[in-house]
Amino acid sequence: MKFIQIKNCYKVYKNGVTAIADLSLDINKGEFVFVIGASGSGKSTLIKMLYREEKPTKGIVEIGGINVGKIRNRTVYKLRRKLGIVFQDFKLLPKLTVYENVAFALECIGMKSSEIRPKVLKALEHVGLKEKVRSFPNELSGGEQQRVCIARAIVNDPKLLICDEPTGNLDPKTSQEIMNVLDDINKNLGTTIIMATHDKDIVNKMKKRVITLDSGVLFEDHEKGSFKISETI
Amino acid sequence: MKPFRIIYRSIRDSFKSVLRNFSLSMASIICTTITLILVALAIIVTVNVNYVTKTMEEELTIVAYANKETTSDEINEIETKIKNISGVKEVVYKSKEEWRVEMKNNSPTLKVTLDYLESNPLLDSFVITVEDVEDLAPTARLIREIEHIESASYGEGMVEEIIGVFNIIKTVTIAIVIALVVVTAFLISNTIKLTIFSRRSEIEIMRLVGSSNISIKLPFVFEGFLLGLVGSFIPIIITVYGYIIAYEKLGGTVSFGVIELVNPMPFVLYTSIVLVVIGSVVGMIGSARAVRKYLKI
Ligand SMILES: Nc1ncnc2c1ncn2[C@@H]1O[C@H](COP(=O)(O)OP(=O)(O)O)[C@@H](O)[C@H]1O
Ligand SMILES: [Mg+2]
Repeated sequence: MKFIQIKNCYKVYKNGVTAIADLSLDINKGEFVFVIGASGSGKSTLIKMLYREEKPTKGIVEIGGINVGKIRNRTVYKLRRKLGIVFQDFKLLPKLTVYENVAFALECIGMKSSEIRPKVLKALEHVGLKEKVRSFPNELSGGEQQRVCIARAIVNDPKLLICDEPTGNLDPKTSQEIMNVLDDINKNLGTTIIMATHDKDIVNKMKKRVITLDSGVLFEDHEKGSFKISETI
Repeated sequence: MKPFRIIYRSIRDSFKSVLRNFSLSMASIICTTITLILVALAIIVTVNVNYVTKTMEEELTIVAYANKETTSDEINEIETKIKNISGVKEVVYKSKEEWRVEMKNNSPTLKVTLDYLESNPLLDSFVITVEDVEDLAPTARLIREIEHIESASYGEGMVEEIIGVFNIIKTVTIAIVIALVVVTAFLISNTIKLTIFSRRSEIEIMRLVGSSNISIKLPFVFEGFLLGLVGSFIPIIITVYGYIIAYEKLGGTVSFGVIELVNPMPFVLYTSIVLVVIGSVVGMIGSARAVRKYLKI
């Protein structure tokens, strides 16, 4: 069954830039998909349409049978509760500890403290940060901070994890550790993962499905693809 | 249980936020304090001016005199006619005989003159109070048209002038109160905007992890409430103690006893309630408006 369906989707920003043009693709449950492309090719725009930060100008973006573009601003939060989102720039709260940062996501949706605790500890264990619960973000390395973000993204057991250049700020070795964490989540929790990146080494090494965008147009879509965009630029 | 949890966490977070952003919170509390003190002053002036106006207005009356040859039946008829004029509050009749006795008692010279005269040269009279000072002139005009009425007057000219001045003072002070309330709203709204601006990354994360708009808004609304509430403490203390002390020092009057002041109780209580309500409501509205900008509603 198709988990995500994108049909003839366009995104034209108010300033007239066409960021996505006539994009159609399907993603199945449990897949791990890379979205690659040069800077400005529309990767972030595609990601933003998935979590309804942007609405498609034309066409349909469907997740689990729900037309995401039709969701009203007031009810976007219902979609967000079913997703996990990870960014390049972490977006951690500096005044909260690792534990509090992850718990924050559950507090925000009004969960009971007694339910929050085991979920947070389980998520932190998944990313291998159980010993750092009391640390503050500025006491952690970049890779550790990103693992806190991943823990926060998966703490509510989402079916879909969306990552926009999660390794963009990290060195190759740390990037690989993050990829191992994501791969583990995909394999063991069955979470569908969509990850935008322009990290050639990672894409080549992971041997996952690769969707290549070029100026907002679908350029290639390969099972077990590799980073081909480098040749076209 | 979930709504309670959200409300409880909102209140807890608003306290945390006030403490975390201490200098910003202090700034908005001080702004609120200063404007609310001005509001309190304006309220005190307005209410006292109104009070003085009221007491002075109550003392304004029409005096009407009946013709010399009016019979007592006619007097009764006139009295009913005056009473039937709409807006008339009270009619007090004073016969020429009463006038004579009163005048003789008041002045020995007049006593000699009045005793010398065979007949009473004075006139029967009515003192008329009206519901509203604005009715003085038209009522006097109507009374003059009644049969057997010699004259009716209320200190024309002077009265109109006094009423005019009072109306100007009332309008000006009410305008000042409204302007100050608007200024307070603006200041609280702006300082909350700064607080929110310093916490926009937190709001962004809340939106990303799926907070509903209401649960994002609530802590800030409580925070605005809290700032307004705390900001009204000092103005209330100043109002209560300041007014009571001033009232006692002045003996309840200003301008050598000409102008009477409003009794402090329960006036200062009402004023305090007004200050708390203005501070907290305006704080809440200000922050709700400020947070909306970040919520794509
Ligand atoms: N909010 C926006 N308003 C206008 N144009 C935008 C906005 N966001 C992105 N763009 C434009 O859309 C195109 C695609 O951007 P983006 O999706 O961020 O690409 P990528 O993530 O692949 O670098 C770029 O030309 C960019 O300038
Ligand atoms: Mg991008």
